[in-house]
Amino acid sequence: MALTIISVIVILGSLIAFSARFHHQMDLEQWTCGGRGFGLVLVWLLMAGEIYTAYTFLGASGWAYSRGGPVLFIVGYWPLACVVSFFILPPIWEAGRKHQLQTQADFFQVRYGSKYLGAFVALVGVVCLIPYLQLQLTGLGLIVEVASFGGIHRTPAMIIAFSLVAAFVFVSGVRGVAWVSVLKDLLLLGAAVFVGIAVPHIYFGGIGGMFRALLQTKPGHLVMPGSTTNLGHTWYVSTVLMISFSFYMWPQFFAATFTARSGKVLRRNAVIMPLYTITMPLMFFVGLSALLILPGLNNGDLSLLTIVRKTFPAWFLGAIGGAGALTAMVAAGVQLLAGATLYAKNLFRPIIAPGMTDGQVAKLAKVMVLVLTLGAVFLAIYTSLSLVSLWLLGVAGVAQLFPGVVLGLFSKRVTTAGVVAGMFTGISITVALMLTGRDPYHGLNAGFIALCLNFAVTAAVSLLKPVAVAGFDETIPAVTPSEPGDGISLT
Amino acid sequence: MKRPSLGAILFGLVPFVAVCFSVGLWDRVYPIVLGLPFNFFWLILWLLLTPLCMWGAYRLEERRAPDDRRDDGGAH
Repeated sequence: MALTIISVIVILGSLIAFSARFHHQMDLEQWTCGGRGFGLVLVWLLMAGEIYTAYTFLGASGWAYSRGGPVLFIVGYWPLACVVSFFILPPIWEAGRKHQLQTQADFFQVRYGSKYLGAFVALVGVVCLIPYLQLQLTGLGLIVEVASFGGIHRTPAMIIAFSLVAAFVFVSGVRGVAWVSVLKDLLLLGAAVFVGIAVPHIYFGGIGGMFRALLQTKPGHLVMPGSTTNLGHTWYVSTVLMISFSFYMWPQFFAATFTARSGKVLRRNAVIMPLYTITMPLMFFVGLSALLILPGLNNGDLSLLTIVRKTFPAWFLGAIGGAGALTAMVAAGVQLLAGATLYAKNLFRPIIAPGMTDGQVAKLAKVMVLVLTLGAVFLAIYTSLSLVSLWLLGVAGVAQLFPGVVLGLFSKRVTTAGVVAGMFTGISITVALMLTGRDPYHGLNAGFIALCLNFAVTAAVSLLKPVAVAGFDETIPAVTPSEPGDGISLT
Repeated sequence: MKRPSLGAILFGLVPFVAVCFSVGLWDRVYPIVLGLPFNFFWLILWLLLTPLCMWGAYRLEERRAPDDRRDDGGAH
């Protein structure tokens, strides 16, 4: 029963995605940027689609269950990420329109006048997207496994769902993804509100009752560091700062920025976006209720689904599962699109095959959708990390692009060498700390430490030498078409 | 690029102080407000108050940059 409903929802979503391509010629611009004609509603849905991912859905309740107080970082960083986006997205969009930018790497390539820097940024973007994609897959696998009462193993579920994602991204590009977002946002919002209110109500007579019960049994769980030893206030401040600066450094958000019709749309968007996470605390309440009712789950990420399965009829588990599966698929769709475009356009063409036409780049990007899908499926099957941990891994990586973006926009003094040196420092430190299990390091988020040193090195190296490459505002020809009809490649 | 105005930046700083730097002040269970521990209540409150701050920043910025073209804000 549950499984039938999941399948219906997933198929319906895929049909919407496929039909979005009608009446639109799918060249690279249309495929990745939707022709730059999205208004407030579609941009909002596209970005919100990326915020409500499998990680928020299952991971937030999972962290509330297993760690307690530290989960608050999610509602801490989100409004601040919106504040940062208010200031940086409109100028990014402006630069994009002026220079025909489609990807994050285009931005670096044009701003700093180096195709190698562009290619390196593309590489960072693709590599950091992989744990994020893996997270969507793992989440989706968990959902189907629990909803089918273990009847369908997560591996075939992941393979089927991701074949569908790869197919609709392949066919309809960003327009398809934006329209599936509509369906899944409605489902997910409905499900989140209902479960978040109903579960505490059924077991404890309300949210207040749930908290009272929790304070009696586990009084320390609700404040930081909760049930952990090392996620205290220093960790909170450094993590929240690091994420709010870097949230929009994900390549797919850059791509989403370029779909906007104007800078004003993005500003308005930033003003209202914090409201979109208002349902997130409800996920916390579900996780906390589960801690009281079903203690001892060894995977916190399963707490939401397990309690839904225990509390509601099977069809409802199916509806939740369908919404969750679709969420993972939409998020993965946007990520695949961004990763594939980055690889083909900013890594492969400029470095390996400069003679490629836009048509060939578009074809290669579509092939890359399939390659990335396979890579993520492989990782999801053979490695295991908690959903939030996977996400934090990727975000610490893309955070290292922040100094290059923000200084590139607002400073005339920053140099290419400075940005390269800073980025290398930041990434090396992130990798070193995270791979040796030193996150948090002395209570501080590893990505935050790396970001601070990144800024310091960028500034120091920039000040050593005079500026050689003009900013976006200058009239020095930053973009030179390399062949007719190609306004993007640099010479 | 044109830098944002000081007023808008100050509006933007308010949420940073409220939900990030002041964590030591609000990360506590008591007083319980509307059935929520104080830290949960405080952060949920700021999900609502941040748009207000940013609306102020929006008013300031739009006054400076009325040059956006093709804009009506609606769905496509």
